[in-house]
Amino acid sequence: MQPPPDPVTDWYWQSGADGQLRFLTCGDCGYRTHPAGSVCARCLSGNVTPQPVSGLGTILACTVNVQQWNSGQEPYSIAIIGLDEQDDLRVTTNVIGTDPYAVKIGDRVQVAFLQRHGYYYPLFRTVEDG
Amino acid sequence: MAARFEHDSIISGIGQSAVGRRLGRSATDLTVEAALSAIADAGLTREQIDGLTTYPGGDSFSTHGYGGPSPYAMMEALRLQPKWFSGSGELPGQLGAVVQAMMAVSCGLARHVLVYRTVTETLGQGSGGRGAIYDPDGIAAPTMAGFIATFGAPSAVNWLAMLASRHFHEYGTTREQLGQIPLTGRANAGRNPRAIYRDPLTMDDYLSARMISTPLCLFDCDVPVDGSTAFIVSAADHVASMPSQPVYIEAIGSALTQRFSWDQQADLTAMASTGAAEHMWSRTSLTPADVDIAELYDGFSILALAWIEALGFCKKGEAGAFLQGGRRIALDGELPLNTHGGQLSAGRLHGFGFIHEATVQLRGKAGGRQVPDVKVAAVGTGGGPIAGAMLLTSERV
Repeated sequence: MQPPPDPVTDWYWQSGADGQLRFLTCGDCGYRTHPAGSVCARCLSGNVTPQPVSGLGTILACTVNVQQWNSGQEPYSIAIIGLDEQDDLRVTTNVIGTDPYAVKIGDRVQVAFLQRHGYYYPLFRTVEDG
Repeated sequence: MAARFEHDSIISGIGQSAVGRRLGRSATDLTVEAALSAIADAGLTREQIDGLTTYPGGDSFSTHGYGGPSPYAMMEALRLQPKWFSGSGELPGQLGAVVQAMMAVSCGLARHVLVYRTVTETLGQGSGGRGAIYDPDGIAAPTMAGFIATFGAPSAVNWLAMLASRHFHEYGTTREQLGQIPLTGRANAGRNPRAIYRDPLTMDDYLSARMISTPLCLFDCDVPVDGSTAFIVSAADHVASMPSQPVYIEAIGSALTQRFSWDQQADLTAMASTGAAEHMWSRTSLTPADVDIAELYDGFSILALAWIEALGFCKKGEAGAFLQGGRRIALDGELPLNTHGGQLSAGRLHGFGFIHEATVQLRGKAGGRQVPDVKVAAVGTGGGPIAGAMLLTSERV
């Protein structure tokens, strides 16, 4: 599905144009607020801007969607990823490029953008640890 | 314990329409049937109904049979003139509509409030099943799942499957343990003539069922139905003049203590049920050991598992062991669970079926599935990003 249009978060879906994943980052306390809002969710500062992260993270939870929401659809992986930069910085996404049934909690992953509908969807691929 | 607003009102009447798959009846039609039944059960006439509340309110949730008729539609259908009415889905779980009714009674705005929840989800889906309501190129709803549905995760089954995967990972919970929830529901449904699926379900059936979103299979998902459930919440002094046995509301729990989200809560194995349960226990002198039956939301089986932990029937992370073998939650176990079959087997009446069943059991009117001498029932509705809990009793505590 396409993301809901929102002037506060539209940049998030364009961030991958240069290959970088960004989160709304507080210039005062450093906290990253996701999904993005008008102010820093921790200190309420308005000094917030999108700043890049490494795009590396760990799978915290995952599922293989088997139900065919559209006929002929193959099973695919949906996962919650914890980003390296902050304990509570998380995204739900798809893990691609591997057997969906092989994806497991604890796997290391890196962002890999998919361009569609005019957006850059932050998907992830598994990577070797280290 | 100091006086609480919960003690200002009682459940004086209950009613339920026909419940089934593709009944071909409108939401308002079903609601009229349930409402008239509840009004009669409370010993009232239509003219005495001076309040009206519902979850989620039809006008704002009109899609695919999820929302029932709006309060406006019911006022018109029954020519009611309420002093208070509301229809809202932005509440602490589905039972939030009951709490709205209790608040209207407690503050004196109304004396007899009609509360209802109606679904026509099989009618809404037509012949295409759930797939017919998902457009992969559509635009995700902004709240709840705007950052989730975007990734081919259109359904709560996907979101809860991930939370289940985390519970399995952290605590070693197994499918065999989780499967006791649908198996127990099905066994109870066999004793409930109004349930949708009544044929026995075995562990082999469960383990070999097709996957929907791992680790959740078909039998972990509730069954969409058409049907309406209604209650009358009355001022407590109505007890003296009512024909049926009253049911008392000992405490409600409505607190939300985590982020409103399916994937951003601090503990991925806990859900909104945690805050609601803690809040409920803070409002009563009763404890989990006093509970005779538990009617816990099982829109997906993992939600009921989370409720068992949240309400303190076992320790955090130990629901798998608690469910092992199914004896504890059986009809003759220490904590009979979802005695009518739950939404998994008796139909997705979206929270209100559990309140209805708790009331029937507390009155001792559950026939072949009656648990002996039920005095205290725990009800949990919702449980993902929002939740509401309620403790009902057969006598005032």
